[in-house]
Amino acid sequence: MPTILVLATTADGAVDDISLQALTFGRRLATGGPVHALVVAGEPGAEGTPAEATAAGFGAYGAAQVHLARHPAFETFAPDAVAAVLADLAGRVAADAVVGPGTEAGNTVLARAAARDGQPFAANCIAATLGSPAQVTRQRWGGTLQEEAALHGDRAYVSVAPHAVAAEALDGSSAAVDAFTPDIADADLVVRVVDRVAAAASGISLAEAKVVVSGGRGVGSTDGFKPIEELASLLGAAVGCSRAVTISGWRSHVDQVGQTGTKIAPNLYIAAGISGATQHMAGAKGAKKILAINKDAEAPIMSAADYAVIGDLHQIVPAISAEIRRARGA
Amino acid sequence: MKVLVCIKSVPAVAGRITLTPDARAIDTKHLGFAIGPHEECAVEEAVRLIEAHGGEAVVLTLGPSTALEQLRDALALGVARAIHLVTDGQEWDPESTTAAIVEAIRADEAASGPFDLVLVGNEAGDSADYQVGVRIGRALGRPVVTAIKGLSVADGRARCEQEASGGRDVFELPLPAVVGVLEGINLPRFPSVPGRLRAKSKPVEASEPARPAQRLELQRLVVPQGAAKQAVVLGHGPDAAPAVVEVLSNLGVL
Ligand SMILES: Cc1cc2nc3c(=O)[nH]c(=O)nc-3n(C[C@H](O)[C@H](O)[C@H](O)COP(=O)(O)OP(=O)(O)OC[C@H]3O[C@@H](n4cnc5c(N)ncnc54)[C@H](O)[C@@H]3O)c2cc1C
Repeated sequence: MPTILVLATTADGAVDDISLQALTFGRRLATGGPVHALVVAGEPGAEGTPAEATAAGFGAYGAAQVHLARHPAFETFAPDAVAAVLADLAGRVAADAVVGPGTEAGNTVLARAAARDGQPFAANCIAATLGSPAQVTRQRWGGTLQEEAALHGDRAYVSVAPHAVAAEALDGSSAAVDAFTPDIADADLVVRVVDRVAAAASGISLAEAKVVVSGGRGVGSTDGFKPIEELASLLGAAVGCSRAVTISGWRSHVDQVGQTGTKIAPNLYIAAGISGATQHMAGAKGAKKILAINKDAEAPIMSAADYAVIGDLHQIVPAISAEIRRARGA
Repeated sequence: MKVLVCIKSVPAVAGRITLTPDARAIDTKHLGFAIGPHEECAVEEAVRLIEAHGGEAVVLTLGPSTALEQLRDALALGVARAIHLVTDGQEWDPESTTAAIVEAIRADEAASGPFDLVLVGNEAGDSADYQVGVRIGRALGRPVVTAIKGLSVADGRARCEQEASGGRDVFELPLPAVVGVLEGINLPRFPSVPGRLRAKSKPVEASEPARPAQRLELQRLVVPQGAAKQAVVLGHGPDAAPAVVEVLSNLGVL
């Protein structure tokens, strides 16, 4: 039976759900074989650093052995140092596969560990089986295309696409926590976070908004977004946009929804003057309901949307705002 | 300074993706190609660095002969010259892509001096392997940062910013270094007509590296079957507003 090592990341010292998903994925890959997890942490008690109990929390998801690597260097993100510990541990436990979360941090650490270990790495997988070669199914184009591939190596490095599997606790499962202090070479600390600049708080975050109102090329200009902003503010919504808008300079990239922008998951997504390109929709897959406003009844977005209004957004959007005001008796 | 920017030419898919009969590639008969969005920003970043510090920006791609067009696009924006590692159109996995790029970097550095920075897109627009930049850095023994949305260079160091919850994390790397850039780091300019004309006469050095055995071996692509929906049309024009508001109310978002 295969041995699996899972890189478990934490967010502000707490267990993060994407890692629990990776752990669930890794446990299924193990098919009953031993599952190890690596958690890195700073000095006990340091701000934002995971405690022993946090590390133990991964046990409930099937890790039999949690390796807690404590080092002051881990108080900020140092991807090469994490990768060094991960690759070293993979060798020590003779892991057949190293699994981690398909986040920016997870992917960069796995890529670095695979490179050190001289092994191939498959990012953002949704399925895998071990063997020689290992087989993976991975996401391309933000998930609008899947790749089936063979992974020819001595050890499979795999990251798990977010939400490819649901995190599932295992009844009665708990982990032994082995805390240790790794040796970290200076060369592995060249790349590390040396400062944090706070961002000015700005309205509702696109990623977390319950309602998003977006405009696309059809909006036509920076000023064309005023009615979109007005509708958004009536609904307590965040404003989003397509890439056609950001590359035209009408709005900042922080508002872009899609494969190379923000992934949103609102209860309602209103998309005005957006054609529904696959890369745009890759960011809106999490939306529960979609309302498209488009002058083209045949636009691709019509087969992704739940509701549509056909016509000129410049007339329709203000009319909706007016109707909301009327309904609210204002 | 000397900056290399590595780009990938990707099919400009918009609607539904269609595959070739062997399901190993996207059918591009009716599609154009473009520089991936992250790399488009990386090109802009390279040009800005050279404008600010002087020196030379070089663009490199590993891709089919048609990728010459994307190299010319980068040259039109102010990059001085191009390196084209020409493939027969088959995909190369991340390790073999890295090996070919590293060899080209070594050859260029032997001929005309070291690159201070190698910029790559954080992940390719199509294959999204999330590793070529990291592997280039490892092979050359240079520090690598990924997911970068802010970059400045001073006194032989690069200050690189990454989005984090509630702010930005800052890395400071000694040069030479490798940086994986995310779209949004800047707003790329459009090429001017004189820029396009100049690009035609800028040097492109082409070679054909051999494709080694693939360790991440693409076998088949699959277009996942999304739940095919058909939107309920609530109406046409502004007269549809009351119907929309009724839906908003039913969804509990009013
Ligand atoms: C690798 C890669 C990554 C990408 N990542 C992203 C991404 O993250 N996000 C993203 O959005 N795009 C992304 N794109 C670009 C994407 O392919 C499309 O080009 C883009 O989404 C199109 O934006 P749009 O729908 O606003 O414009 P268009 O496709 O031009 O559509 C405009 C729509 O507006 C409608 N319209 C025009 N005028 C009006 C009017 N007055 N009233 C009502 N409707 C009107 C038209 O009928 C049309 O449907 C990416 C592309 C690539 C190659």
